[in-house]
Amino acid sequence: MCLAIPGKVVETFDQRGLRMARVQFGGIVREACLEYVPETQIGEYVLVHVGFAISRVDEAEAERTYQALMDLDQLTELESPVVEEMEPGKDRR
Amino acid sequence: MKYLDEYRDGTVARKVVDEIHRVQTKPWVIMEVCGGQTHSIVKNGIDHLLPEGVELVHGPGCPVCVTPLEMIDKAHAIARRPEVIFCSFGDMLRVPGSDGDLFTIKSEGGDVRVVYSPLDCLKIARANPERKVVFFAIGFETTAPANAMLVSRARAEGVPNLSILVSHVLVPPSIAAILQSPQNRVQGFLGPGHVCAIMGYREYEPMSARFKVPIVITGFEPLDILQGTLMTIRQLEQGRAEVENEYSRILDREGNLPAQKLVSSVFEIADRKWRGVGIIPKSGYKLRWEYREHDAEKLFNVKEIDTREPDICISGQILRGIKKPHDCPAFGTLCTPQKPLGATMVSAEGACAAYYAYGRHLKAEKEEREAVHAMGGAA
Repeated sequence: MCLAIPGKVVETFDQRGLRMARVQFGGIVREACLEYVPETQIGEYVLVHVGFAISRVDEAEAERTYQALMDLDQLTELESPVVEEMEPGKDRR
Repeated sequence: MKYLDEYRDGTVARKVVDEIHRVQTKPWVIMEVCGGQTHSIVKNGIDHLLPEGVELVHGPGCPVCVTPLEMIDKAHAIARRPEVIFCSFGDMLRVPGSDGDLFTIKSEGGDVRVVYSPLDCLKIARANPERKVVFFAIGFETTAPANAMLVSRARAEGVPNLSILVSHVLVPPSIAAILQSPQNRVQGFLGPGHVCAIMGYREYEPMSARFKVPIVITGFEPLDILQGTLMTIRQLEQGRAEVENEYSRILDREGNLPAQKLVSSVFEIADRKWRGVGIIPKSGYKLRWEYREHDAEKLFNVKEIDTREPDICISGQILRGIKKPHDCPAFGTLCTPQKPLGATMVSAEGACAAYYAYGRHLKAEKEEREAVHAMGGAA
């Protein structure tokens, strides 16, 4: 679970003062925090570990690493449920 | 796609394997530290491509594996409380404690949730102000920045009902513990790539010098592992002991400085117990005193739980490179991923679970059958 997954930054936004991004991994898009690689721009590739971008990579590297992770069945964490922001009392689990 | 084709094409890998065979003249024992590397080695049969004299042993770098049973039992005790929403990464859910796993607790009505990112817990905590949201913060240096950010934001945003149960461990002290053991066999290390993406490799340099051992920071792709192994063997054959970086396309000597800064503002170094190994001094993190209001161990005051691991399990020796899964009489028989007896079988990144997943228990069974047959024939 220490492996980080490369993806493409498709959108950046602010979430309560944190610099965040939507990052595309193959067909899945998930949120990632950009605070640890603050200079990242839309269109660039980052390595993401548990929802945090930890390093920037080039496209070829991203592609290769993604393939390697797929071969190792290490992409399942991307399928974990998405938690949306909810009003207090509206959380129906 | 040029890179991808080159990588898929086995000629580059073949060249590295040939070079390893050419430079190796003496027997060497090399440990890969990270569980992702172990998984990749076993899945791709990399150890079988190496010369007979080069043995790969599998290190302690699987955070799920080394989380002590006492800590898992503590997590379960907290998760069973009616006021608690217990959040965890998916891999911890199937790890059995002394009495069932988190799935069992969920099926019995406990509010147990899988999260992708620690930050998800903040959303859950804000949506449930009357409940106590607890996150099971396990992991190595790679995961610490994410967990540090969660606690830092909880304090900054004033989310009092969010706490974390910390079971954080660090790679360098575990390597030092292996090297200090009188039973040690390991002569060189493939260092953990993604851990060093955060920490850099500067902190491995004093250890390499002190113990005169090569440490090559290595990625987890098959070609990385072969390349890292070649670099390690070259050092060993030439009598060098240095830190080298095979994974320079991802990391440098300094690592990710903003991440290191936040981690050290939230966590401090503490002694930690490693499953199968025991207490290693200064081998993990605990929350700093300023963050005590978000420390689940303090808030829930769970008493120390007595646990007992099966005597037959040799996972402690496997994690230190002294033994291999096949040396265990329970491997693949009494102990399987469905019914794990110890650390190295509880997660897919553990050495025993990886050997099992790729059919190596079948070979063990075959050898055992043959051995029994031979003994029977002789008698």
